[in-house]
Amino acid sequence: MQISGRLELSRRHLLIVGAASLAASSIATPPPAAAQSAPTGAPVMTRVSFDVNGETHQLELDTRTTLLDALREHLHLTGTKKGCDHGQCGACTVIVDGRRINSCLTLAVMHQGDEITTIEGLGTPDGLHPLQAAFIEHDGYQCGYCTPGQICSAVAVLAEVKAGIPSHVTADLNAPLRLTNAELRERMSGNICRCGAYSNIAEAISEVAGRSA
Amino acid sequence: MRSFSYERAASPGAAAAAAAGTANAKFIAGGTNLLDLMKLEIETPAHLIDVNDLALDRIEETADGGLRIGALVRNTDLAADIRVRRDYGVLSRALLAGASGQLRNKATTAGNLLQRTRCPYFYDTNLPCNKRKPGSGCAAIGGFSRQHAVVGVSDACIATHPSDMAVAMRALDAVVETVRPDGTTRSIPIAELHRLPGDSPEIETSLEPGELITAVVLPKPVGGAQAYRKVRDRASYAFALVSVAAIVQRDGTGRVALGGVAHKPWRVEAAEAKLPDGAKAVTARLFADAKPTKDNAYKLPLAERTLAAVLREARA
Amino acid sequence: MRFEHPATFNPIDQLKVIGHPTSRIEGPLKTTGTAPYAYERHDVAANQAYGYVVGSAIGKGRIGSIDLEAAKAAPGVLAIVTSGNAGKLGKGERNAAPLLGGPEIAHYHQAVAIVVAGTFEQARAAAQLVRIDYVKGDGKFDLAAERDKGITPHPSFGGPADTAVGDFASALAGAPVQLDATYTTPDQGHAMMEPHASIAAWDGDKLTVWTSNQMIAWGAEDMAKTLGIPKENVRLVSPYIGGGFGGKLFLRAEVLLAALGARAAGRPVKVALQRPLMFNNTTHRPATIQRIRIGAERDGKITAIGHESWSGNVKDGEPEMAVSQTRLLYAGASRMTATRLAALDLPEGNAMRAPGEASGMMALEIAIDEFADKLGIDPVVLRISNDTQVDPEHPERHFSQRQLVQCLSDGAARFGWDKRNPKPGAVRDGRWLVGMGVAAAFRNNLVAKSAARVRLDQQGIVTVETDMTDIGTGSYTIIAQTAAEMMGVPLDKVAVRLGDSDFPVSCGSGGQWGGNNSTAGVYAACTKLRETIAQKLGFNSAEAVFADGVVRSGNRSVPLAQAAGGGDLVAEDAIEYGDLAKTYQQSTFGAHFVEVGVDADTAEIRVRRMLAVCAAGRILNPKAARSQVIGAMTMGVGAALMEDLVVDKRHGLFINHDLAAYEVPVHADIPHQEMIFLDETDPISSPMKAKGVAELGICGVAAAVANAVYNATGVRVRDYPITLDKLLAGMPV
Repeated sequence: MQISGRLELSRRHLLIVGAASLAASSIATPPPAAAQSAPTGAPVMTRVSFDVNGETHQLELDTRTTLLDALREHLHLTGTKKGCDHGQCGACTVIVDGRRINSCLTLAVMHQGDEITTIEGLGTPDGLHPLQAAFIEHDGYQCGYCTPGQICSAVAVLAEVKAGIPSHVTADLNAPLRLTNAELRERMSGNICRCGAYSNIAEAISEVAGRSA
Repeated sequence: MRSFSYERAASPGAAAAAAAGTANAKFIAGGTNLLDLMKLEIETPAHLIDVNDLALDRIEETADGGLRIGALVRNTDLAADIRVRRDYGVLSRALLAGASGQLRNKATTAGNLLQRTRCPYFYDTNLPCNKRKPGSGCAAIGGFSRQHAVVGVSDACIATHPSDMAVAMRALDAVVETVRPDGTTRSIPIAELHRLPGDSPEIETSLEPGELITAVVLPKPVGGAQAYRKVRDRASYAFALVSVAAIVQRDGTGRVALGGVAHKPWRVEAAEAKLPDGAKAVTARLFADAKPTKDNAYKLPLAERTLAAVLREARA
Repeated sequence: MRFEHPATFNPIDQLKVIGHPTSRIEGPLKTTGTAPYAYERHDVAANQAYGYVVGSAIGKGRIGSIDLEAAKAAPGVLAIVTSGNAGKLGKGERNAAPLLGGPEIAHYHQAVAIVVAGTFEQARAAAQLVRIDYVKGDGKFDLAAERDKGITPHPSFGGPADTAVGDFASALAGAPVQLDATYTTPDQGHAMMEPHASIAAWDGDKLTVWTSNQMIAWGAEDMAKTLGIPKENVRLVSPYIGGGFGGKLFLRAEVLLAALGARAAGRPVKVALQRPLMFNNTTHRPATIQRIRIGAERDGKITAIGHESWSGNVKDGEPEMAVSQTRLLYAGASRMTATRLAALDLPEGNAMRAPGEASGMMALEIAIDEFADKLGIDPVVLRISNDTQVDPEHPERHFSQRQLVQCLSDGAARFGWDKRNPKPGAVRDGRWLVGMGVAAAFRNNLVAKSAARVRLDQQGIVTVETDMTDIGTGSYTIIAQTAAEMMGVPLDKVAVRLGDSDFPVSCGSGGQWGGNNSTAGVYAACTKLRETIAQKLGFNSAEAVFADGVVRSGNRSVPLAQAAGGGDLVAEDAIEYGDLAKTYQQSTFGAHFVEVGVDADTAEIRVRRMLAVCAAGRILNPKAARSQVIGAMTMGVGAALMEDLVVDKRHGLFINHDLAAYEVPVHADIPHQEMIFLDETDPISSPMKAKGVAELGICGVAAAVANAVYNATGVRVRDYPITLDKLLAGMPV
């Protein structure tokens, strides 16, 4: 709980800093179509605003900044993890406009106006999301580093199944979907857990899926 | 990653014109491959043209009963489209066999076609690679080549094309629609989109500089039993060792394209005439000019066995 | 507290809190993304700059020249540190290859520079502008080629290089049934999800690093030694660790470079080692070549067993002790082991989850399966009939506890082993060829000194401080359970603070010794605190009962918190061990059962069922301990079927150095896993009567998978990983 309080403080602090630097900025966004390239390697700064967990943020960022680094380094929302920075592990999974994506492989500047949900937006230590509670109950994690990504992914997986989106293991593409064990495991396969909590994660998600079904 | 300027294009024509008019510009859509490579400075654009605002995210029926898939249709949406699932099962299956749920949500139809090889020597910028640095040599030849191409290879490159989707589209005779910087459009049969490496593996497609893919058109459904079988060590979230896209008709005729074996989706129409004779005859023709390495020679029997399984199931 | 005699009844035996499947106490933080990992400590130091590591582009040789002009001129760059300007650096006690290379290069991706800039994007871009000319040297990268030039090492861990009992050669030659087979295991990567990451900040000549490290005291000591500063001037903080598996046992390049970068930049610096550098820059589990020879009577009684292992390493590196378990696991009058070490110029090999046994059991437990096949004896029966209750090399030494037979027989019954068709390739389920495999699990239990400090405050809160780490093992929770049990308070009255070099030195996390030893250290400190409290309250400490938040003796009972009325009461102590580990052999045991399906056409292998039965002393928290075992089983599946750091012998590197090319299991590879602990307490091990369990879980798994693949297909693969290309030619028609 102490830790959560600390993060809250840091975030508010940063918002002020962000606003101040924004006010001082003279760079217009978006840059004109024939925007100057950067032969000297000088950062190209641009403004972007998006909602994170229901709160609007305006940032002035290097165009190179990924959504992941914008969350972690600029908004201090460090619940979203950097495991590989190359789309190979899933630790950075967040939900953007209702869909899970790897936040390491998308530029922050490409998310103007988007609604982003991170692990911090799903629940708090005092007000856990049902999946967060189920992960704790079923011990669906060990070191905890892939966990926020697993949980964000799981939230989206349940929605994907509800929406009838098929998967690699769906037996009949033209029949109604059922969330079998195989479906769950295939759909979660973009989230690597090196501690090997898969069996428990599957049970945690199944429990919540069963409850909501 | 080098600094780059960034713009959001308003129309396909404007995007293509901007690309031609700006030094070292690249389009970005899903970004899942481009940003990966930019972080390693394998790709070093000075300017990115974000094409996500272009209204190319629809799947429409064409006049002759086919489908026009907008270039920006996400892999998830294409795989889940009810018409694709019903009439082009091989395409749904191929898409769902690729990458992860997160990546499919971001990756686009055009971007999937244009993704670059996953050869580890291409990815390690300390090592020679003709594709990354023309003329530097190919470290995969004589190196670790278990994943690499067995057919259509050259002395300059033995990389594979990593896409699953493209293999299915090759089997479906898809046509790629583009717009060029001067505003003209053209249609490229998918067979002519991807190139073999030859002595210029850095040139991977027949697209001109600044040319933007706007759509992929699927001809009207051909029916038949459709299957996409992807073989890999890991059960999911892995590139194909070998994949087989097949459309098999009741009379035993059909189409076959392979993934994981060449620098492009591998289809030899002449080999399909052998379908009634079984997998061995088909793969013998598909691999007539194969030049496998010690590491990847297993792909030849593997492809044959996989095709045999696909044919058996299709005919069951 | 010295532990010199077998434990008798003590407060832990109440089992009011210990032994319960308590959910992890840090769970609400981890599942909400609020547990702070090293790179995320925006709160600890203002004005943090970003460091980006440059790795060597060659595997062996030297740097001819470095041109930093362009990089220095790049926007935002604050400092660049190379061996040329780092000042004189020492080498940590536990490091083989220097962490900062240059001019000599010891291995590929050895760090050669850190570029520090105001933003991550700037540091990354500038790092690409560092121009280095290398002079390539002739490196040795091929274990098979170097194996016969291997030397006899002097291992610091895991036993002597040569052991011999009886006359192995004659016994083998005279045995009516013999096996002589060679197995290989590849180099493997820890591939923990959190990269090596640190923030370093200097305050004058004092350094603080917030890092991700399993062994706080080792890290602080080796940092001081490397920098040439007093140990007191180094503080290491590591409360949350995103996986280690042995890869974060030691001081590594990123934390050293963060410290050097921070000194050069005059600002705190944060560094996360880039994922594509991790496999070659850090340590890995070294490849082995193992030869196993077994001789037996026709009834299966082993008369001779020999195990030789070859591995390679950089200068000052150690061998992989893959023969360890063969000295203890099975009976047999004549026996030998030999360990040889080849000089290689690959990255440094070092501990990865169950070093020694994990690799050794991959080979030995296939050999036993092959031998069972040869003898026509069921492999469960063969193992049971060669059980030993004493150390076969020193029959006067008994195992403190040894329930291998029970693990095997309970597991066989539970798994439905009797339904296994011993004829390979004979069971079909649709497109799948189905097979079952078994292997024993074995891992030694190690004891090590471990200290803790316990504080009681006026609110009745018990706070435990120790530099012990929680790398996903459940340390926070079992330490809290231990303190709660000892002090007679509920779990929510206990606060646990870990991973700080300001705290008493613990055993740390490694070698599956963390759980038993760190809680025994907390037991010692709590025992002392109980005495302090009893004294303070005027109780005879021998009679005082600590329960339900009160201290009771006779008719008198006082709330615990009252003892701290005049101020916090603090006690610090350590558990230290006598000779029990010498007089008894302390080991942990288990049995792994696996069912696989092998696609009859493609030879793709998929695990369908897994069961482990383990006997590992008292299980302090069955929920967390089960997770350790199933996690290890998962890593064992990776070892069996996919994990392989492929050596490019021309360029001298692991070429598949990212998480796309180095495959580890994903969700779809792992079925529901069953895991059972046998009832066991081991009073020889510690007052906790517990032993290690986290590494037992991986020992034998890969062999059980391999044996199941053989049972499914009739193809025996002796070179890991077992991939479809190795099966295709031999698949049943």
